[in-house]
Amino acid sequence: MRFFPVTKPYVLLLPASGLILIVGYRIFWLFREKISSPEYQEFTFRTKEWNMVIPDMSSYNQPRILVGRTDVVSVTPWLAPIVWEGTFDPVLTDNIYKPMNLTIATTVFAVGKYVSFLKDFLETAEKHFMINFRVRYYVFTDRPNEVPSVNLSGGRHLTVISIPGSNRWQEISAQRMKIIHNTIETQIHKEADYIFCLDVDSKFHFRWGAESLGRLVSVIHPGYYDTTRNNFPYERRPASKAFMSMDQGDYYYGGAVIGGLVEDVYKLTKECHKEFEEDAKNSIEAAWQEESHLNRYLYYNKPSKVLSPEYLWQDFKARTREVKVIRFSGVIKNYAAIRPNE
Amino acid sequence: MNPVPLFFRLQTKQAMLMEPVRTDVLTVTPWLAPIVWEGTFDPQVIDEAFRSYNLTIATTVFAVGKYTCFLRDFLESAEKHFMVGLNVQYYVFTDMPSHVPISVTLGVGRRLNVVKVPKFDRWQEISLRRMELIQTAIEEYIHQRANYIFCLDVDMIFHGRVGPEALGKLVAAIHPWFYWVPRSQYPYERRTISKAYIPQDHGDFYYQANIFGGAVEDVHRLTKTCREHLEMDKSAGVEAVWQEESHLNWYLLKNKPTKLLSPEYVWDDLRGQGAKEIKLVRFSSVIKNKAEVRENP
Repeated sequence: MRFFPVTKPYVLLLPASGLILIVGYRIFWLFREKISSPEYQEFTFRTKEWNMVIPDMSSYNQPRILVGRTDVVSVTPWLAPIVWEGTFDPVLTDNIYKPMNLTIATTVFAVGKYVSFLKDFLETAEKHFMINFRVRYYVFTDRPNEVPSVNLSGGRHLTVISIPGSNRWQEISAQRMKIIHNTIETQIHKEADYIFCLDVDSKFHFRWGAESLGRLVSVIHPGYYDTTRNNFPYERRPASKAFMSMDQGDYYYGGAVIGGLVEDVYKLTKECHKEFEEDAKNSIEAAWQEESHLNRYLYYNKPSKVLSPEYLWQDFKARTREVKVIRFSGVIKNYAAIRPNE
Repeated sequence: MNPVPLFFRLQTKQAMLMEPVRTDVLTVTPWLAPIVWEGTFDPQVIDEAFRSYNLTIATTVFAVGKYTCFLRDFLESAEKHFMVGLNVQYYVFTDMPSHVPISVTLGVGRRLNVVKVPKFDRWQEISLRRMELIQTAIEEYIHQRANYIFCLDVDMIFHGRVGPEALGKLVAAIHPWFYWVPRSQYPYERRTISKAYIPQDHGDFYYQANIFGGAVEDVHRLTKTCREHLEMDKSAGVEAVWQEESHLNWYLLKNKPTKLLSPEYVWDDLRGQGAKEIKLVRFSSVIKNKAEVRENP
């Protein structure tokens, strides 16, 4: 009889440990499945879509239903707004977005001699870009010592991130998608709600505000906004992952501006980089590198908001009637002087 | 269930940026919400995008007292024009379930649910209770079964397409009798004692309560707030000039809709055919003898 209480724990130990092993194995298996599935992410994003609330009964002009801008299209066929001067009320927009306490991440690549553009970019951004919002600039450069110190307004920060340079400007351009999505993964998803990825060789000249915020935002390339789609400089070789046939396409979007919720831009940059790598394996480089992949992505994943060419101009272009203000424009440059290669 | 981002496969003709299809009307609000008019959207692109997501649209309609007589035409025309090709769950709130015409043939993926509610002596009271009943319905079952919800009036008929172009986070329709007037003439509630009060120099558009909708979560917030405000008004002994519609307008002034439907989507047959900006009437009020169907004037 004394034997019984001694053996009882041992008798139970075997099936108990067996049960634990089985349960543990199932949990491990589920976890493994979860982390190996492409959707699994070890992090979460700060912001889903926001509601547009005005903080109090603020005063602004009454919108008039029978009057609109008649010279341009202000909404896409999938009902995304196209942002032109005159289509939005800046006071109302600011009243809606400022109370949301948003942080806008802004990435810019200044590699090699392109570091010389930073000063003007940052100084004009401080005058015109997302004024009175919290902005975090992320400057990717191979020359961190040459990043100029620019006075930033309260609530705005600058982070310098070192990246390798390259002998080919196409390579630098192509790696941007990878670097952006990696940085979102490691850092930006914790620090910002929205993100804009901008080209550094440009300056701000006019308001670029919260009217540009949306889930997935792109800009219409200033060189192609009045062209038919068969003349868009899409990648036309079927072998490329960026291929677009002659009867496909909405607008030609500029690669110099990509924006949206951090989560959506993460998906875009990850996907575009993946396609770029696929092409590289097959020894193809798309006609306009990442811009080609971006255009294909945005054809299939329509942007929720499109910025007019006011938001991406080029200084060498003459002004046109419909573009009433220029907000952001690429400066005239001597490519031979600043690019590492042709 | 949440609304989803869209993935498109099909494309039709190119949208030319310098060639607006509609130059006679506003197609985007000052807070950059699109206003849906005929010509502003491509139905094929929209349909293709939404088809692959297997969405369910809950659709509430109140048919209390004699208003059950409108149900047959409402449902039959909805089956022809409303969210065709998508899953629709109708929720008919009625005090007389036996009067609901269950013989109306519904398309695949579409279902009629009948919810019994009490009847009130005054039509204004019936109208006021709708917010509460919709809120409760969302909390109790709709939130599990649908991505989007539309709350429609029953004394209306569909005449043209009302499709996924109408879907959005928070959607309201512009009243067909007030879209060209200055906001000082909008029939907002103007007594400061009411929660629906809007001062003279405020307002965007005047929205009609016959059709509103959006993502289930957003419509829940709308109906809950309106219901609370209606109850506060009741305690203060005031009934807003256009009942729930007044409260709806207050709510939508403060919480901007993400998409507006033009008066094509909430027409009144009494306005006739004359309005040249209305190229297509999609959903409109039935001309009725109010004395016959209402409990009180």
